[in-house]
Amino acid sequence: MNLDRYIRQMRFQPLGEEGQANLSNSRVLVCGCGALGSILANTLARAGIGYIRIVDRDFLELNNLQRQVLYTEQDVADGLPKAIAAKRHLEKINSSIQIEAVVADVSASNILELVDGIDCIVDGTDNFETRFLLNDASIKTGIPWVYGGCIGAEGQTMTVLPDDTACLHCLMQAGPPPAGTTPTCDSAGILSMIINVIASIQACEAIKILSGNLDAVSRKLQVFDIWENRIRQIDLSALREGSSCPACRQHEFAWLNGNRGSQAAVLCGRNAVQLSFPDHSGISLTELEEKLQSIGQVSRNSFLLKLSVEDVALTVFPDGRAIVQGTEDESKARSIYAKYIGN
Amino acid sequence: MHVSVNGEMVPVDPPQTVLQLLDSLGFSGKPVAVEVNLKIVPFDRHSEYELSDGDELEVVTLVGGG
Repeated sequence: MNLDRYIRQMRFQPLGEEGQANLSNSRVLVCGCGALGSILANTLARAGIGYIRIVDRDFLELNNLQRQVLYTEQDVADGLPKAIAAKRHLEKINSSIQIEAVVADVSASNILELVDGIDCIVDGTDNFETRFLLNDASIKTGIPWVYGGCIGAEGQTMTVLPDDTACLHCLMQAGPPPAGTTPTCDSAGILSMIINVIASIQACEAIKILSGNLDAVSRKLQVFDIWENRIRQIDLSALREGSSCPACRQHEFAWLNGNRGSQAAVLCGRNAVQLSFPDHSGISLTELEEKLQSIGQVSRNSFLLKLSVEDVALTVFPDGRAIVQGTEDESKARSIYAKYIGN
Repeated sequence: MHVSVNGEMVPVDPPQTVLQLLDSLGFSGKPVAVEVNLKIVPFDRHSEYELSDGDELEVVTLVGGG
Protein backbone atom coordinates (compact mmCIF):
# COMPACT_ATOMS: atom_id res chain seq x y z
CA MET A 1 0.00 0.00 0.00
CA ASN A 2 1.41 3.37 -1.02
CA LEU A 3 1.09 5.86 1.80
CA ASP A 4 3.01 8.74 0.18
CA ARG A 5 0.03 11.05 0.13
CA TYR A 6 -0.11 10.89 3.94
CA ILE A 7 3.56 11.83 4.43
CA ARG A 8 2.82 14.99 6.47
CA GLN A 9 0.47 13.10 8.72
CA MET A 10 2.94 10.24 9.19
CA ARG A 11 5.64 12.72 10.22
CA PHE A 12 3.48 13.41 13.26
CA GLN A 13 5.36 11.09 15.58
CA PRO A 14 2.49 9.52 17.57
CA LEU A 15 0.96 8.33 14.28
CA GLY A 16 3.98 7.41 12.18
CA GLU A 17 3.85 4.87 9.38
CA GLU A 18 2.42 2.18 11.61
CA GLY A 19 -0.43 4.41 12.76
CA GLN A 20 -1.14 5.39 9.16
CA ALA A 21 -1.22 1.75 8.10
CA ASN A 22 -3.70 1.11 10.91
CA LEU A 23 -5.90 3.92 9.58
CA SER A 24 -5.78 2.43 6.10
CA ASN A 25 -6.92 -0.91 7.49
CA SER A 26 -9.75 0.53 9.56
CA ARG A 27 -13.43 1.09 8.96
CA VAL A 28 -15.53 3.96 10.26
CA LEU A 29 -19.25 4.69 10.28
CA VAL A 30 -20.15 8.35 9.76
CA CYS A 31 -23.63 8.39 11.22
CA GLY A 32 -25.47 11.36 9.73
CA CYS A 33 -23.85 13.51 7.05
CA GLY A 34 -25.15 17.01 7.63
CA ALA A 35 -22.97 19.69 9.19
CA LEU A 36 -20.87 17.60 11.60
CA GLY A 37 -20.95 14.62 9.26
CA SER A 38 -19.63 16.64 6.30
CA ILE A 39 -16.54 17.65 8.21
CA LEU A 40 -16.13 14.20 9.71
CA ALA A 41 -16.38 12.40 6.37
CA ASN A 42 -14.16 14.93 4.61
CA THR A 43 -11.47 14.87 7.30
CA LEU A 44 -11.45 11.11 7.73
CA ALA A 45 -11.36 10.48 3.96
CA ARG A 46 -8.40 12.82 3.53
CA ALA A 47 -6.68 11.24 6.55
CA GLY A 48 -6.85 7.88 4.81
CA ILE A 49 -9.35 5.80 6.77
CA GLY A 50 -9.57 2.75 4.51
CA TYR A 51 -13.32 2.27 4.51
CA ILE A 52 -15.95 4.89 5.29
CA ARG A 53 -19.62 4.01 5.51
CA ILE A 54 -21.85 7.08 5.42
CA VAL A 55 -25.48 6.82 6.45
CA ASP A 56 -27.90 9.73 6.17
CA ARG A 57 -31.69 9.95 5.79
CA ASP A 58 -31.97 13.40 4.29
CA PHE A 59 -31.60 15.16 0.92
CA LEU A 60 -29.91 18.47 0.22
CA GLU A 61 -31.41 21.93 0.48
CA LEU A 62 -29.92 25.35 -0.21
CA ASN A 63 -29.83 26.35 3.47
CA ASN A 64 -27.52 23.38 4.15
CA LEU A 65 -24.65 24.95 2.22
CA GLN A 66 -23.93 27.54 4.92
CA ARG A 67 -22.33 24.82 7.04
CA GLN A 68 -22.37 21.46 5.26
CA VAL A 69 -19.03 21.88 3.55
CA LEU A 70 -19.02 18.82 1.30
CA TYR A 71 -21.90 19.94 -0.89
CA THR A 72 -22.47 22.27 -3.83
CA GLU A 73 -25.34 24.22 -5.38
CA GLN A 74 -25.41 21.60 -8.14
CA ASP A 75 -26.08 18.86 -5.55
CA VAL A 76 -29.02 20.91 -4.28
CA ALA A 77 -30.33 21.45 -7.83
CA ASP A 78 -30.04 17.71 -8.46
CA GLY A 79 -32.02 16.96 -5.30
CA LEU A 80 -29.43 14.43 -4.17
CA PRO A 81 -29.54 12.55 -0.89
CA LYS A 82 -26.66 13.71 1.29
CA ALA A 83 -25.03 10.28 1.52
CA ILE A 84 -24.90 9.96 -2.28
CA ALA A 85 -23.54 13.48 -2.83
CA ALA A 86 -20.95 12.94 -0.07
CA LYS A 87 -19.73 9.69 -1.64
CA ARG A 88 -19.39 11.33 -5.07
CA HIS A 89 -17.30 14.20 -3.72
CA LEU A 90 -15.15 12.08 -1.42
CA GLU A 91 -14.27 9.67 -4.23
CA LYS A 92 -12.75 12.61 -6.09
CA ILE A 93 -10.85 13.66 -2.97
CA ASN A 94 -9.38 10.24 -2.16
CA SER A 95 -9.75 7.47 -4.72
CA SER A 96 -7.52 5.10 -2.75
CA ILE A 97 -10.14 4.42 -0.06
CA GLN A 98 -13.58 2.80 -0.18
CA ILE A 99 -16.72 4.78 0.50
CA GLU A 100 -20.16 3.30 0.95
CA ALA A 101 -23.28 5.49 0.92
CA VAL A 102 -26.44 4.34 2.67
CA VAL A 103 -29.62 6.41 2.30
CA ALA A 104 -31.59 5.37 5.35
CA ASP A 105 -32.86 6.42 8.72
CA VAL A 106 -30.75 4.96 11.49
CA SER A 107 -33.09 2.87 13.60
CA ALA A 108 -33.18 -0.08 15.97
CA SER A 109 -33.92 -2.32 12.98
CA ASN A 110 -30.80 -1.45 10.97
CA ILE A 111 -28.17 -0.14 13.40
CA LEU A 112 -26.44 -3.47 14.02
CA GLU A 113 -26.14 -4.01 10.28
CA LEU A 114 -24.74 -0.49 9.87
CA VAL A 115 -22.04 -1.01 12.51
CA ASP A 116 -21.16 -4.50 11.27
CA GLY A 117 -17.41 -4.66 10.58
CA ILE A 118 -16.91 -1.09 11.81
CA ASP A 119 -14.08 -0.07 14.15
CA CYS A 120 -15.35 3.34 15.27
CA ILE A 121 -18.63 5.28 14.98
CA VAL A 122 -18.56 9.06 14.64
CA ASP A 123 -21.71 10.99 15.48
CA GLY A 124 -23.04 13.37 12.85
CA THR A 125 -26.66 13.02 13.94
CA ASP A 126 -28.92 15.88 14.93
CA ASN A 127 -30.97 14.35 17.74
CA PHE A 128 -30.54 12.55 21.06
CA GLU A 129 -32.89 9.66 20.25
CA THR A 130 -30.48 8.43 17.58
CA ARG A 131 -27.50 9.06 19.86
CA PHE A 132 -29.00 6.85 22.57
CA LEU A 133 -29.42 4.17 19.92
CA LEU A 134 -25.77 4.60 18.86
CA ASN A 135 -24.75 4.41 22.51
CA ASP A 136 -26.62 1.12 22.97
CA ALA A 137 -25.13 -0.32 19.78
CA SER A 138 -21.65 0.78 20.81
CA ILE A 139 -21.84 -0.81 24.26
CA LYS A 140 -23.43 -3.99 22.88
CA THR A 141 -20.82 -4.48 20.13
CA GLY A 142 -17.81 -2.98 21.89
CA ILE A 143 -17.27 -0.46 19.06
CA PRO A 144 -16.22 2.98 20.37
CA TRP A 145 -18.22 6.05 19.37
CA VAL A 146 -17.57 9.77 19.47
CA TYR A 147 -20.47 12.07 20.38
CA GLY A 148 -20.66 15.60 19.03
CA GLY A 149 -23.47 18.15 19.35
CA CYS A 150 -23.80 21.84 18.49
CA ILE A 151 -26.29 24.68 18.82
CA GLY A 152 -25.72 28.38 18.23
CA ALA A 153 -22.04 29.01 18.93
CA GLU A 154 -21.78 26.19 21.47
CA GLY A 155 -20.72 22.61 21.01
CA GLN A 156 -19.71 19.54 22.96
CA THR A 157 -18.00 16.25 22.38
CA MET A 158 -17.21 13.12 24.35
CA THR A 159 -15.69 9.78 23.44
CA VAL A 160 -17.23 6.52 24.59
CA LEU A 161 -14.94 3.52 24.90
CA PRO A 162 -17.15 0.56 25.90
CA ASP A 163 -16.20 -1.10 29.21
CA ASP A 164 -13.77 1.73 29.87
CA THR A 165 -15.24 5.25 29.90
CA ALA A 166 -18.61 6.64 30.98
CA CYS A 167 -21.28 6.41 28.28
CA LEU A 168 -23.96 8.82 27.06
CA HIS A 169 -26.54 7.23 29.35
CA CYS A 170 -24.24 7.77 32.36
CA LEU A 171 -24.09 11.45 31.43
CA MET A 172 -27.81 11.82 30.61
CA GLN A 173 -29.48 9.52 33.13
CA ALA A 174 -32.92 10.93 32.38
CA GLY A 175 -32.63 9.92 28.73
CA PRO A 176 -33.16 12.20 25.75
CA PRO A 177 -34.95 15.46 26.59
CA PRO A 178 -38.60 15.52 25.44
CA ALA A 179 -39.10 17.18 22.04
CA GLY A 180 -39.61 20.92 22.33
CA THR A 181 -37.78 21.35 25.65
CA THR A 182 -34.34 22.09 24.21
CA PRO A 183 -33.19 24.60 21.61
CA THR A 184 -32.81 23.39 18.02
CA CYS A 185 -30.92 24.74 15.02
CA ASP A 186 -34.28 26.27 14.04
CA SER A 187 -34.82 28.24 17.24
CA ALA A 188 -31.26 29.05 18.27
CA GLY A 189 -29.52 29.00 14.89
CA ILE A 190 -26.11 27.51 14.25
CA LEU A 191 -22.73 28.95 13.31
CA SER A 192 -20.66 26.84 10.95
CA MET A 193 -17.50 27.62 12.92
CA ILE A 194 -18.55 25.67 16.01
CA ILE A 195 -19.39 22.71 13.78
CA ASN A 196 -15.85 22.80 12.40
CA VAL A 197 -14.38 22.88 15.91
CA ILE A 198 -16.43 19.99 17.27
CA ALA A 199 -16.24 17.76 14.19
CA SER A 200 -12.48 18.28 14.00
CA ILE A 201 -12.07 17.13 17.60
CA GLN A 202 -14.35 14.15 16.94
CA ALA A 203 -12.31 13.20 13.88
CA CYS A 204 -9.09 13.45 15.89
CA GLU A 205 -10.56 11.22 18.60
CA ALA A 206 -11.50 8.71 15.90
CA ILE A 207 -7.98 8.80 14.50
CA LYS A 208 -6.51 8.18 17.95
CA ILE A 209 -8.77 5.14 18.34
CA LEU A 210 -8.21 3.77 14.83
CA SER A 211 -4.45 4.27 14.82
CA GLY A 212 -4.09 2.41 18.11
CA ASN A 213 -3.46 5.42 20.36
CA LEU A 214 -6.16 4.73 22.96
CA ASP A 215 -4.12 6.37 25.71
CA ALA A 216 -4.47 9.72 23.97
CA VAL A 217 -8.30 9.55 23.92
CA SER A 218 -10.04 12.23 26.00
CA ARG A 219 -11.87 11.11 29.16
CA LYS A 220 -13.69 14.42 29.43
CA LEU A 221 -16.76 16.15 28.14
CA GLN A 222 -15.24 18.99 26.15
CA VAL A 223 -17.43 22.08 25.91
CA PHE A 224 -16.81 25.08 23.68
CA ASP A 225 -18.63 28.38 23.38
CA ILE A 226 -16.80 30.25 20.65
CA TRP A 227 -18.97 33.36 20.98
CA GLU A 228 -18.63 33.78 24.75
CA ASN A 229 -15.03 32.53 24.49
CA ARG A 230 -15.42 29.80 27.08
CA ILE A 231 -13.76 26.40 26.90
CA ARG A 232 -14.56 23.87 29.59
CA GLN A 233 -13.61 20.29 30.28
CA ILE A 234 -15.67 18.15 32.63
CA ASP A 235 -13.98 15.00 33.90
CA LEU A 236 -16.38 12.08 33.42
CA SER A 237 -14.36 9.30 35.01
CA ALA A 238 -16.26 9.55 38.33
CA LEU A 239 -19.55 8.97 36.48
CA ARG A 240 -18.72 5.37 35.74
CA GLU A 241 -17.37 4.50 39.18
CA GLY A 242 -20.15 2.91 41.23
CA SER A 243 -22.71 3.66 38.54
CA SER A 244 -25.65 1.37 37.82
CA CYS A 245 -26.09 2.74 34.31
CA PRO A 246 -28.81 0.80 32.46
CA ALA A 247 -26.74 0.84 29.27
CA CYS A 248 -23.07 0.30 30.13
CA ARG A 249 -23.47 -1.48 33.48
CA GLN A 250 -26.72 -3.44 33.13
CA HIS A 251 -26.76 -3.89 29.34
CA GLU A 252 -30.49 -3.24 29.07
CA PHE A 253 -30.29 -1.46 25.68
CA ALA A 254 -33.79 0.05 25.65
CA TRP A 255 -33.18 1.88 22.35
CA LEU A 256 -31.52 -1.01 20.59
CA ASN A 257 -34.34 -3.33 21.62
CA GLY A 258 -36.87 -0.85 20.26
CA ASN A 259 -38.49 -0.27 23.66
CA ARG A 260 -37.68 3.41 23.43
CA GLY A 261 -37.42 5.78 20.49
CA SER A 262 -40.10 7.09 18.20
CA GLN A 263 -41.15 6.42 14.63
CA ALA A 264 -41.71 10.06 13.73
CA ALA A 265 -39.12 12.79 14.20
CA VAL A 266 -39.08 16.54 13.75
CA LEU A 267 -35.94 17.33 11.76
CA CYS A 268 -33.54 19.82 13.31
CA GLY A 269 -33.69 23.21 11.59
CA ARG A 270 -35.83 21.97 8.73
CA ASN A 271 -39.46 22.80 9.55
CA ALA A 272 -40.07 19.19 8.58
CA VAL A 273 -41.25 15.89 9.99
CA GLN A 274 -39.87 12.52 9.02
CA LEU A 275 -42.27 9.59 8.96
CA SER A 276 -41.20 5.99 8.78
CA PHE A 277 -43.29 3.18 7.29
CA PRO A 278 -41.14 0.04 7.24
CA ASP A 279 -44.07 -1.85 5.60
CA HIS A 280 -43.82 0.48 2.59
CA SER A 281 -40.23 -0.47 1.89
CA GLY A 282 -39.65 -1.27 -1.78
CA ILE A 283 -42.23 1.24 -2.97
CA SER A 284 -41.83 1.97 -6.71
CA LEU A 285 -41.00 5.62 -7.32
CA THR A 286 -41.88 5.38 -11.02
CA GLU A 287 -45.34 4.01 -10.28
CA LEU A 288 -45.83 6.62 -7.59
CA GLU A 289 -44.81 9.35 -10.03
CA GLU A 290 -47.51 8.27 -12.50
CA LYS A 291 -50.11 8.16 -9.75
CA LEU A 292 -49.29 11.59 -8.37
CA GLN A 293 -48.78 13.55 -11.57
CA SER A 294 -52.35 14.85 -11.66
CA ILE A 295 -52.26 15.87 -8.01
CA GLY A 296 -49.37 18.30 -7.79
CA GLN A 297 -45.90 19.08 -9.03
CA VAL A 298 -43.82 15.89 -9.00
CA SER A 299 -40.08 15.48 -9.50
CA ARG A 300 -38.05 12.30 -9.18
CA ASN A 301 -34.49 11.01 -9.37
CA SER A 302 -33.12 7.50 -8.69
CA PHE A 303 -33.14 8.07 -4.94
CA LEU A 304 -36.34 9.94 -4.10
CA LEU A 305 -39.60 11.45 -5.32
CA LYS A 306 -40.82 14.89 -4.36
CA LEU A 307 -44.45 16.06 -4.48
CA SER A 308 -45.39 19.69 -3.89
CA VAL A 309 -48.97 19.82 -2.75
CA GLU A 310 -51.11 22.05 -0.48
CA ASP A 311 -48.54 24.08 1.49
CA VAL A 312 -45.98 21.30 1.95
CA ALA A 313 -43.38 19.35 0.03
CA LEU A 314 -43.58 15.60 0.49
CA THR A 315 -40.45 13.58 -0.27
CA VAL A 316 -40.76 9.79 -0.50
CA PHE A 317 -37.81 7.37 -0.29
CA PRO A 318 -37.85 3.76 -1.53
CA ASP A 319 -37.06 2.47 1.98
CA GLY A 320 -40.51 3.43 3.23
CA ARG A 321 -39.71 6.84 4.66
CA ALA A 322 -41.15 10.23 3.87
CA ILE A 323 -40.16 13.74 4.84
CA VAL A 324 -42.99 16.27 5.03
CA GLN A 325 -41.57 19.75 4.72
CA GLY A 326 -43.45 22.87 5.71
CA THR A 327 -44.79 21.63 9.03
CA GLU A 328 -43.54 20.49 12.41
CA ASP A 329 -46.93 19.02 13.26
CA GLU A 330 -46.61 15.23 13.24
CA SER A 331 -50.34 14.59 12.86
CA LYS A 332 -50.59 16.99 9.92
CA ALA A 333 -47.61 15.25 8.32
CA ARG A 334 -49.22 11.86 8.84
CA SER A 335 -52.54 12.95 7.38
CA ILE A 336 -50.88 14.41 4.28
CA TYR A 337 -48.95 11.19 3.75
CA ALA A 338 -52.08 9.11 4.19
CA LYS A 339 -54.02 11.32 1.78
CA TYR A 340 -51.56 11.21 -1.11
CA ILE A 341 -49.42 8.10 -0.64
CA GLY A 342 -51.74 5.84 1.34
CA ASN A 343 -51.71 4.06 4.67
CA MET B 1 -24.26 32.25 51.09
CA HIS B 2 -22.90 32.52 47.57
CA VAL B 3 -21.92 29.95 44.99
CA SER B 4 -20.38 30.48 41.61
CA VAL B 5 -22.27 29.18 38.57
CA ASN B 6 -20.38 29.20 35.27
CA GLY B 7 -18.13 31.93 36.64
CA GLU B 8 -20.88 34.19 38.04
CA MET B 9 -21.62 34.62 41.76
CA VAL B 10 -25.17 33.64 42.71
CA PRO B 11 -26.70 34.30 46.17
CA VAL B 12 -28.52 31.24 47.58
CA ASP B 13 -30.37 30.49 50.81
CA PRO B 14 -29.00 27.46 52.66
CA PRO B 15 -29.75 24.64 52.78
CA GLN B 16 -29.72 24.34 49.02
CA THR B 17 -29.30 21.25 46.88
CA VAL B 18 -27.95 21.15 43.36
CA LEU B 19 -31.46 20.33 42.13
CA GLN B 20 -33.01 23.33 43.95
CA LEU B 21 -30.38 25.64 42.51
CA LEU B 22 -30.89 24.27 38.99
CA ASP B 23 -34.65 24.77 39.32
CA SER B 24 -34.24 28.35 40.53
CA LEU B 25 -31.91 29.13 37.63
CA GLY B 26 -34.35 27.81 35.01
CA PHE B 27 -32.62 24.51 34.24
CA SER B 28 -35.63 22.36 35.31
CA GLY B 29 -36.06 19.36 33.05
CA LYS B 30 -33.17 20.32 30.82
CA PRO B 31 -30.37 17.87 30.10
CA VAL B 32 -27.45 19.20 32.10
CA ALA B 33 -24.09 17.99 33.31
CA VAL B 34 -23.13 19.53 36.65
CA GLU B 35 -19.70 19.79 38.13
CA VAL B 36 -19.12 21.07 41.68
CA ASN B 37 -15.55 22.02 42.56
CA LEU B 38 -14.25 20.13 39.53
CA LYS B 39 -16.09 16.90 40.40
CA ILE B 40 -19.06 15.77 38.35
CA VAL B 41 -22.28 15.24 40.30
CA PRO B 42 -24.37 12.50 38.68
CA PHE B 43 -28.00 13.36 37.88
CA ASP B 44 -29.38 10.96 40.50
CA ARG B 45 -27.47 12.84 43.21
CA HIS B 46 -28.68 16.35 42.29
CA SER B 47 -31.55 16.16 44.80
CA GLU B 48 -29.34 15.14 47.76
CA TYR B 49 -26.13 17.06 47.10
CA GLU B 50 -26.09 20.06 49.47
CA LEU B 51 -24.11 23.09 48.39
CA SER B 52 -21.71 24.98 50.63
CA ASP B 53 -20.71 28.62 50.62
CA GLY B 54 -18.13 29.30 47.93
CA ASP B 55 -18.84 26.16 45.88
CA GLU B 56 -17.93 26.54 42.23
CA LEU B 57 -20.36 24.98 39.78
CA GLU B 58 -20.13 24.40 36.09
CA VAL B 59 -23.48 23.68 34.49
CA VAL B 60 -23.40 22.44 30.92
CA THR B 61 -26.62 22.13 28.94
CA LEU B 62 -26.15 19.23 26.58
CA VAL B 63 -27.01 20.08 23.00
CA GLY B 64 -28.19 17.84 20.21
CA GLY B 65 -27.83 19.71 16.91
CA GLY B 66 -25.40 18.69 14.28
